[in-house]
Amino acid sequence: MSDHKLGFFTRWFCSTNHKDIGTLYIIFSIFAGIIGGAFSIYMRMELQDPGVQYMTNEDGSPNGQMWNVFITAHGLIMVFFVVMPGLIGGFGNWFVPLMIGAPDMAFPRLNNISFWLIIPAFLLLVGSALIDSGAGTGWTIYPPLSATLGHPGMSVDMAIFALHLAGASSILGAANFITTIFNMRAPGMTMHKMPLFVWAMLVTSFLLVLAVPVLGGAITMLLTDRNFGTTFFNPEGGGDPILFQHLFWFFGHPEVYIMILPAFGIISHIISTFSRKPIFGYLGMAYAMVAIGVVGFVVWAHHMYTTGISVNTLAYFTAATLIIAVPTGIKIFSWIATMWGGSIEFKTPMLWAIGFIFLFTVGGVTGVVLANAGMDVVLHDTYYVVAHFHYVLSLGAVFALFAGFYYWIGKMSGRMYPEFLGKVHFWLTFMGVNLTFFPQHFLGLAGMPRRYIDYPAPLLPESMTWLDRTQFMLNECWMELSAWVTGDVYESSIAWGYHGWNFVSSMGAYMAGASVILFVFIVFWTLFFGRKAKDNYWDVQDNIMTLEWTISSPPPFHQFDIQPKVK
Amino acid sequence: MMTRYFSAILAFLITALPLGAMAQDGYAGSWQLNMQEPVSPILREIGTFHDLLLWIITVITVIVTALMLYACFKYRRKKGVKAADFAHNTVIEIIWTIIPIVILIVIAIPSFTLLYFEDRIPEPELTIKTTGYQWYWGYEYTDYDDLEFLAYPIADVDIDESKGQRRLLSTDNPVVVPVDTNIQILIAAADVLHAFAVPAAGVKKDAVPGQLNETWMRIEKEGTYFGQCSEICGAGHSYMPIEIKAVSKEAFNAWAKAQGGKLKPKTTLEDKGL
Repeated sequence: MSDHKLGFFTRWFCSTNHKDIGTLYIIFSIFAGIIGGAFSIYMRMELQDPGVQYMTNEDGSPNGQMWNVFITAHGLIMVFFVVMPGLIGGFGNWFVPLMIGAPDMAFPRLNNISFWLIIPAFLLLVGSALIDSGAGTGWTIYPPLSATLGHPGMSVDMAIFALHLAGASSILGAANFITTIFNMRAPGMTMHKMPLFVWAMLVTSFLLVLAVPVLGGAITMLLTDRNFGTTFFNPEGGGDPILFQHLFWFFGHPEVYIMILPAFGIISHIISTFSRKPIFGYLGMAYAMVAIGVVGFVVWAHHMYTTGISVNTLAYFTAATLIIAVPTGIKIFSWIATMWGGSIEFKTPMLWAIGFIFLFTVGGVTGVVLANAGMDVVLHDTYYVVAHFHYVLSLGAVFALFAGFYYWIGKMSGRMYPEFLGKVHFWLTFMGVNLTFFPQHFLGLAGMPRRYIDYPAPLLPESMTWLDRTQFMLNECWMELSAWVTGDVYESSIAWGYHGWNFVSSMGAYMAGASVILFVFIVFWTLFFGRKAKDNYWDVQDNIMTLEWTISSPPPFHQFDIQPKVK
Repeated sequence: MMTRYFSAILAFLITALPLGAMAQDGYAGSWQLNMQEPVSPILREIGTFHDLLLWIITVITVIVTALMLYACFKYRRKKGVKAADFAHNTVIEIIWTIIPIVILIVIAIPSFTLLYFEDRIPEPELTIKTTGYQWYWGYEYTDYDDLEFLAYPIADVDIDESKGQRRLLSTDNPVVVPVDTNIQILIAAADVLHAFAVPAAGVKKDAVPGQLNETWMRIEKEGTYFGQCSEICGAGHSYMPIEIKAVSKEAFNAWAKAQGGKLKPKTTLEDKGL
């Protein structure tokens, strides 16, 4: 930063520089991710064995409200404070201006407020879990449970304000991206020459601008229902709880594409770089994202198949939802075609990208199963759904976050991550998350509902400690597995219920949790001991060059003193 | 050669999957992999459709993974080998757009058939209205005078597994229904959202305040079947099970009489041939 000296406070608290704001977003995202991840580990501990061991009231009875607060906080944190800030605020801020050859974002001060709205939003959300009984509504905040009937205290109001702020932050950020991308591209960079990550951010920004205000409206109506006696969602006053679900999912479905489109962009760059080949079917890739964005707005009621909406509506939403598989398929096939004939190097970011394609395929095909309204009857609100959306988000979007981190950390910090540890991190995470989420398909098919603190299965003796229970169940798993391999029948003492796969799932979660600790270690190692990164440390070839590799690592405080030209 | 491998793997997967399903009615086996044993036409139809879907998605996942791993192996970086730089092939792009569309049509046709089959309630012979409360279910046999009750879960300490009771599933008042009878189920909610679900019968419908939802089931096998509330409804969401006891028509009539339930005039089940 020799070109621009700023004091610590001015640089980090008053920043209008897209790279510094991007860094703040990434730090925030990792921090929130650790909190949201810790919530999930605690939840998996509770579900490891039947009975309620940890989330109890003082008299030892199960505290179902606490459980609901945990799932709500986990969901909202992961969506609004990990994936969105990480992919959009973090990598978007850092690399959209660099990739299009712009000196900064179009509205640097707007960029600043976008970030600083996230912090109070996060504090409000965490606060909502701590005061009164907490917001135990699920991230979908359906009334009447989220109305005063179900949550009379202040928690849900605080959560609503948290979403208002996070939503305002997203809308401002999205407006900034749209303006930047439309107006500040280097000479010669036509829309059809923009890097795919920029395309992804453009589509994402449009989705944000169109979807988030609908959420804002819905939760404001909920707020007035709660506090000012309106009855938008209260049937006693002529309102309709289903209306809220329509409004929520009109936002909520585009929201899942908001989380995954930037991931598509990042993965495209990584596959191309490490295969040393231009991305296959560039235009198809760009317009597949546009198509996903457009169709993503007309499929929302597939989250509401069991609410009693009419059968013809169900048929329409089934058809529309199935159609999304086509552009998604185009993307998957194009990534493989990009690798085809390439010269593939398996550095850490590439491993994450390949892992992404596999996991996204698994999550995608279970999405095709769930898309069928007739099929959904048995799977709706079961662990099958939990498995599906964690495959596409927790394993899709989060894998892209890690992929992007390893791909660009040298560029962002000027230091390289330790390659071996990066690979260990990948394999540990990959095994952990598959172990966690694959068995949840079985649980869901067998009928286990989601958002449950406890599940039907014979209890283990109360005297058993966590260690005893774990040893006992590991032994059960081993006996069951060896019997299955040899074709024998093992007479298990856990004869019925959802215990087995829940235990396996929890073991996977611990493994994934351990990998997060490793990741934090890698981050600090990189920042303090990483070797210096070259300008183009991945040796990105000329035919697939994007502008961030043409400048130093880290880039100067103000990049592109001479405006780059694109042929 | 390749196809033989694929079919071998697939045959293994497909046969292995139901293996895990311990043949237990109405609740899950301990390492169950697939859906519960169907006891109603709806779940049987769903099961057939799911088998088709499982084939399709398994084949797709295997092909995609195999192609990717093959590319990873074949095109790994080697000294002196330069990467190709093709980035277009219109024919293949058209192919991988058309083929998924064809697959989707193959899925969509049985999907719609199934959807409309589930929706069309055959002439109901018995109607049960169920109401979700925080946190228990209320049942009303609307064909009878005075046949209604509430069903609470049985506490863990009172569970007697020798009587077939299951913790978190058994209730103090099971819903007794006759087998081989078209049962219309009306679903209402008294406070917040709930969802009435019986996995073994392929039934799930939300209970929405201010709205009366409708679905149907026809249980073909005597036995006890369990379900659990399937829409988050507050602290007791995990503790409002549904227990259905399917018995013969005679036993059902006897039970209804013992409950003091008088058939309402003009709507006798005998009139409907029950």
